[in-house]
Amino acid sequence: MNAPAIEARGLVKVFGANRAVDGVDLDVATGAIYGVLGPNGAGKTTTIKMLATLLSPDAGSARVLGHDVVREAHTVRSLVGLTGQYASVDEDLSARENLVLFGRLLGLGIRGAKTKADALLDEFSLVDAATRPLKKFSGGMRRRLDLAASLIAQPPLIFLDEPTTGLDPRTRLQMWDTIRRLVAEGSTVLLTTQYLDEADQLADRIAVIDRGRVVAEGTADDLKRSVGTQSLHLTVASHGPHDGGTGPVAATRRAIREITGQEPVLTPVSDGARLTAPLDSAAAVSELLVRLRTSGVEVRELSMSRPTLDEVFLALTGHGAQDAETPVLEEVHA
Amino acid sequence: MTTATLTRPAPAAAPATGLGAAVSQSIAMAWRGLVKVSRTPEQYADVLIQPILFTLMFGYLFGGAVAGSVKGYLPQLVPGVLVMALITASTVTGVQLREDMDKGVFDRFRSLPIARVAPLAGGLLADTVRYVIATVLTMVMGVIMGWRPNAVGAVASGLLVIFCAWAMSWIFAFFGVSARSASAVQGVSFLILFPLTFLSNSFVPVSTLPGWLQGFVQVNPMSHVVTAVRELTAGGTGGADVGWALLGAVVVIAVFAPLAVRGYMRKV
Ligand SMILES: Nc1ncnc2c1ncn2[C@@H]1O[C@H](COP(=O)(O)OP(=O)(O)OP(=O)(O)O)[C@@H](O)[C@H]1O
Ligand SMILES: [Mg+2]
Repeated sequence: MNAPAIEARGLVKVFGANRAVDGVDLDVATGAIYGVLGPNGAGKTTTIKMLATLLSPDAGSARVLGHDVVREAHTVRSLVGLTGQYASVDEDLSARENLVLFGRLLGLGIRGAKTKADALLDEFSLVDAATRPLKKFSGGMRRRLDLAASLIAQPPLIFLDEPTTGLDPRTRLQMWDTIRRLVAEGSTVLLTTQYLDEADQLADRIAVIDRGRVVAEGTADDLKRSVGTQSLHLTVASHGPHDGGTGPVAATRRAIREITGQEPVLTPVSDGARLTAPLDSAAAVSELLVRLRTSGVEVRELSMSRPTLDEVFLALTGHGAQDAETPVLEEVHA
Repeated sequence: MTTATLTRPAPAAAPATGLGAAVSQSIAMAWRGLVKVSRTPEQYADVLIQPILFTLMFGYLFGGAVAGSVKGYLPQLVPGVLVMALITASTVTGVQLREDMDKGVFDRFRSLPIARVAPLAGGLLADTVRYVIATVLTMVMGVIMGWRPNAVGAVASGLLVIFCAWAMSWIFAFFGVSARSASAVQGVSFLILFPLTFLSNSFVPVSTLPGWLQGFVQVNPMSHVVTAVRELTAGGTGGADVGWALLGAVVVIAVFAPLAVRGYMRKV
């Protein structure tokens, strides 16, 4: 029972000439939410399918709760619940019939399967729609049913492939609560997402994958820190954002450029402008403030922040995997 | 951290293995198939039309020429139409399986700790209903037109033909899991179906055929099934052909069921 939830080494899956998954390593501890973050076509679904024994890896190996996904596939299947990206429930059956079917397949008796189905319908607020044809279900209801179906056997490890894609904000929050509750009850959850805030909010650790490779791994904070610089946000008063080459905005701009060596990004605000620039050292801030006071610039607001996960994501996947992957991997794994 | 897995209640359903589990999982899958057709009964159109149409059409078309009268032709014809209708119905299995497998729910079936054969066997079991309908309709149609079979033989031959059709459906299931699309399955199935059903003793006496064709017709397994049904419905007792038909069916299942399951598991 001390085995980690997932231990994957060098997973590879090739479709024709396309290396959909190209050497993925994952270490997921039990009892946590692990997020796999990546853009369309990054290889998230393919990775999950290999871990859930739906696809066999072309190279590499993976163990789920200590069991090899290829050699002990049947055992692995009994330990995991999978909620696929595309509705993995039967469209032609009602919600209740779906749950009864999966319960029967998992070895429950007719009575047991019905009891379990009713309990899950209740838990996921689907009682009213239980006998309605699935074709008339909303996206949120379908997603909930999908998740309910994965929980029949109460698996210790649950895979959720993009559980909230296509859900409205309220339904998404409900899904987040459900996922948190599962983990509170002792399950381990591996979820994929394209949404940074989702990974940020839910996941204890995150792997960012791009073009079949893990380009960064760590907690949300690790990832943000790994992008290095902080950002400086400075709001200055002015009669307009474009005050010629002589006003306070232009002076601030010049000062930032000279002290940090970076060109600030300028955003007009109601009575002035907001300037944002990456910052390497906090010492530069005091130097900047002194310079602005001597030039008579009125600073409305000053703040520094670490980059958002959005900025991290862009930095990691935006410009070529090569420049992004090496430094981050070293830093985070160290 | 690791104690977390322990606090989670033990799985409600232990992963069942073995033959008993495989059978009950197949039955659950068959239940799924039956619920589905109960929602769309128009799926049964083919097994409703063919038995009635072919018995009527061939009866009045060939009856006089082959046997001197429609009534005299029926003991030959009804078994022929019966076998043909059921084998045709069994091809539907492959097409439907192909369509079914492209749906997301099959991802879940594959991720469950169930016998790999269950999703296939279940669908095939549910199709038995299709064969029962075709059998009953063909026989009733024959009786309306004046066919008077041995009752026990009719029941026995019905069961025999249904079993053979079920065996044949494994061949089409194999095509179903191997082919890229449902229409490809349909094409290949008809390519096999036509020589198998028409180049047999179903509709005309073998002696009227050219010699080279007689050779094929005599080794065609369909001919043996048709002969077995004729013997059973005529006198209530079966000869060697019943044995051959059963043996053939068992061989087909033994070969194609594992092939179909293998193809199913390989499919990504
Ligand atoms: N069965 C398949 N046959 C061929 N190529 C495939 C197959 N499945 C996936 N691919 C390809 O593999 C790559 C990775 O796909 P995958 O579905 O794993 O990405 P993803 O990260 O889940 O993307 P999304 O966010 O769009 O769901 C894509 O380029 C996709 O086109
Ligand atoms: Mg995907």
